[in-house]
Amino acid sequence: MSAVNPISSPVDEVIPDRRDKFSFADYVGPVVVFLVFIGFWYLLSTVVLPEQKRFLLPTPHTVIKEGFFVWNSGERRGLQPILMSLWDSAKVALLGLGITIVMGMSLAVLMSSSRWLERATWPYLVAVQSAPVLALTPLIRALIDGTQTQRLLVVVLIAIFPIVSNTLFGLLSADKSQHELFTLQGASKWTRLVKLQFPAALPNIFVGLRISAGLAVIGAVVGDFYFRQGGVVGIGAQIDVYRNRLWGPELITAIILASTLGLVVFLFFGWVSRRAIGKWHIINRGH
Amino acid sequence: MNNSSSTSPSSTLLSFENVSMTFDDGTKALDNVSFGINASEFVTVVGPSGCGKSTLLRIASNLEANTGGTCSIDRNSIGYVFQDATLMPWRTVARNVELIAELHKLPKAERHQLAAQAIELVGLSGFEDKYPRQLSGGMRMRASLARSLVMKPKVFLFDEPFGALDEITRERLNDELLRLFQHEGFAGLFITHSITEAVYMSTKVLVMSARPGKIIAEFDVPFAYPRNHDLRYEAEFGELCGKISHALRGAHQ
Repeated sequence: MSAVNPISSPVDEVIPDRRDKFSFADYVGPVVVFLVFIGFWYLLSTVVLPEQKRFLLPTPHTVIKEGFFVWNSGERRGLQPILMSLWDSAKVALLGLGITIVMGMSLAVLMSSSRWLERATWPYLVAVQSAPVLALTPLIRALIDGTQTQRLLVVVLIAIFPIVSNTLFGLLSADKSQHELFTLQGASKWTRLVKLQFPAALPNIFVGLRISAGLAVIGAVVGDFYFRQGGVVGIGAQIDVYRNRLWGPELITAIILASTLGLVVFLFFGWVSRRAIGKWHIINRGH
Repeated sequence: MNNSSSTSPSSTLLSFENVSMTFDDGTKALDNVSFGINASEFVTVVGPSGCGKSTLLRIASNLEANTGGTCSIDRNSIGYVFQDATLMPWRTVARNVELIAELHKLPKAERHQLAAQAIELVGLSGFEDKYPRQLSGGMRMRASLARSLVMKPKVFLFDEPFGALDEITRERLNDELLRLFQHEGFAGLFITHSITEAVYMSTKVLVMSARPGKIIAEFDVPFAYPRNHDLRYEAEFGELCGKISHALRGAHQ
């Protein structure tokens, strides 16, 4: 190459990076909501509920004292047994989520490659999504051996829909001209999938992941209710015991910790998402 | 004349012979279009919206199959520049520019080297690690040009690439593209709405009629390369633009 001198630098400006920076307001919001929530809780448990029913919702400080600050008082009461069962459920939720992701994304890839398959499977996915999985528990028990497998199946059934729908939507979101660019180079279906459709789908995939992650935790807790065996039981089974015996503080503690698990998984995928696509994905808030 | 290159000017790199196009829904987009483009020729097609100008490019690149006539072109050596930059938002400028080389399975080192050259050629050095969202429209288009340049195609198809840019950016990119054209000696087929742009860029301007698209006038552009942007304000330039505008007005009827 000679004769041509590239011009030194384009005059056009580089668009400044306007990322969301750390801001005080980002943290004030959640704290305010938390305080409102605690206030509302006190109101319910000390004013709204009639006196003879207040055992159903002990005050926050009672929950902390009798739920969080009792390590193990036998009969599965105390923080230790709750944490043990939470861990048991977390394992089911995470393994189930892993299976859900693999199955859901594979299904979405298949559906994206064939309009026929998409049409054929879509109604049944929606049906699975809206089916009362609880009502299927006798059938699941009859068909499948092993508590663990039964619990995993419940997780997959409850969590798979958002993964499939969001991945599929994302895979089909690449621009026509981007596809044509690949067509012009004679790219194979696989190349197109890996280098165009999959990266284009990532923002949607992460939305699906975050929803499914929360649902996987719900699925694990629900699964515990119905499929349990001796020894360490899942948090759902634990909640069921507390509920039946009207052990308010333990019940609330277990519920809070189960929700926290869901929150942690949700935040984790949010973090992974920012790491993976934060650099290029544009978020438009309209202002 | 500065645009003579080693390639023999008589070698026709892209030719349309009686090409017609009727879409499945019965819309007749092109009617008996014939013309050819040699190496180091830059031909621009102007015409009313929806007259089938872009269809010419889509046929040349085999994105669509013509329903009549023949289009001859070496399909392995086409650069196609779309209306929008069509960059992959998840790739940096450097990785975007590499894309076509990557799709042709060139080894990594060669890819990097070709991409770096192309980036320099379009004046994007220093922006290799930026993502498309950090670039202005003009810079995205430069990146898009660089991506097409990497494989050094013999024929370049431009589908109104600068239509969405402001006038200053557009004129700058016109100059850039002409510089590349002289340097690389490719054959260019350019689609635009702008008569000034058409005359400024081309060795020849074709005027197309409204649907079904037909070539209704042909104008050779006599100005030598390299062209200076002040050329746009010379009398002879204006006169030619006037003639083309006149022909185009006929095309709209």
